[in-house]
Amino acid sequence: MSTSAKYWRGIPQRYRLEAERCASCGMEFFPPRLVCSGCGARKFMPITLGDHGKLLTYTVIRVGPSEFCEQTPYAMGIVELEGGVRMTAQIADVDFDDLEVGMPVRIEFRKIREEGQAGILCYGYKFVPAD
Amino acid sequence: MAGIIGYGAYVPRNRIKVEEIAKVWGADAPSYKRGLMLQEKSVPSPDQDVITMSVEATKHALARAQIDPARIGAVYVGSESHPYAVKPSGTVLAEAIGATPEVHCADFEFACKAGSEAMFVCMGLADAGSIEYGLAVGADTSQGAPSDALEYSAAAGAASFIIGRDPGVAKVIDTYAFMTDTPDFWRRSYMHYPRHAGRFTGEPAYFKHITSCANGIMEKVNMKPKDFAYVVFHQPNGKFPQRVGKMLGFTKEQIEPGWLSPTLGNTYSGSSPMGLTATLDVAKPGDMILMVSYGSGAGSDGFVFEVTGKIDEVRNVAPRTRELLDKKKYIEYGTYAKYRRKIRMGE
Repeated sequence: MSTSAKYWRGIPQRYRLEAERCASCGMEFFPPRLVCSGCGARKFMPITLGDHGKLLTYTVIRVGPSEFCEQTPYAMGIVELEGGVRMTAQIADVDFDDLEVGMPVRIEFRKIREEGQAGILCYGYKFVPAD
Repeated sequence: MAGIIGYGAYVPRNRIKVEEIAKVWGADAPSYKRGLMLQEKSVPSPDQDVITMSVEATKHALARAQIDPARIGAVYVGSESHPYAVKPSGTVLAEAIGATPEVHCADFEFACKAGSEAMFVCMGLADAGSIEYGLAVGADTSQGAPSDALEYSAAAGAASFIIGRDPGVAKVIDTYAFMTDTPDFWRRSYMHYPRHAGRFTGEPAYFKHITSCANGIMEKVNMKPKDFAYVVFHQPNGKFPQRVGKMLGFTKEQIEPGWLSPTLGNTYSGSSPMGLTATLDVAKPGDMILMVSYGSGAGSDGFVFEVTGKIDEVRNVAPRTRELLDKKKYIEYGTYAKYRRKIRMGE
């Protein structure tokens, strides 16, 4: 079954890292939400996240879901971006021996998955080692 | 005339050496290296394609241009390896950089000339006053049939240019185009690999169109080869651009900065545009640059640029093209075959 509509709804976040900052307490959220979990306020300001951060933790996937089999083994990580937002994504272009908690990373636009041979191509963000 | 406001390139990290390909097919690597003047080529990872490379090259171009992407009125991606047969690459790129929705998108295809024609059209629209800024990208992840001579050169990379009405970093002095119907290289619908006409791709195709285009534009602007600081030609291999440069009266020094193919390969629609980015990386204010693309089928677009003082302010804002080329990881043929989907998988 096609996931075009679901994918399309996430384009502002997947492509452009569009997030929100609570107008009351300043907490940042990615993806945006209706109620601030910090202070309960409902008013937010749109922000765009930066594309640099540091690796908080990681793992290497050697047996992946069917749509990711072609890419195994690959690394997944949780990264804290400058500004404090934490996000989970694949870490590309990295030699596993070089993976290290605290290593600087940046975001690159990559193909995340394909819906089989005839479905849509899904794009989004991955981390790569920062120079 | 219009100008290049910002420019950027992107090269995937993977490289495969000529020796590694030759080893698999029992070919003589030294003769390929000598004959084609090629050492290695770039290879995209499974999660990289024309769209992802276009976005990354454009991020570099936008960093140098320092403009609001919403002011871009046209997004044109030139490629012969668009990820979709039907669905534009340009809309994904435009969405990713924040240029939507008031923007005109089109995907161009003309073998290796699709990138320069995107530049050509953006310059025309900027000159006409139809757009404030246009984005022109040349990008490819081309495939050569296994064991074919093209397998040693078909590479991946992208170049992106923000074109505007101001001189920017390089003022467009003039453009020129030279086209004929010449069946030297083609790929029919539903075919995975292209076909080519062997030696016919040389004299009546590459050399005729590039020399005619170069001579045509130099006559149009009343300039000689010695009047240019640098020249960039399409680079299907390392040898052809050197030979055509010599035929036209250019020196190796004029060709050298933009001559990327020996360690990059042929990035098809990205080829001469990427050569231009590497040339702008080293050019000085006042330098004149001649660029002549070539696309099979066949035609050449010619451009004369005059570099402005703005170049010194922006060139280090984003990675230089040769810096991108220097970041590499060598892969074996098996990994290359997997990445390029040359292995038949089970259902």
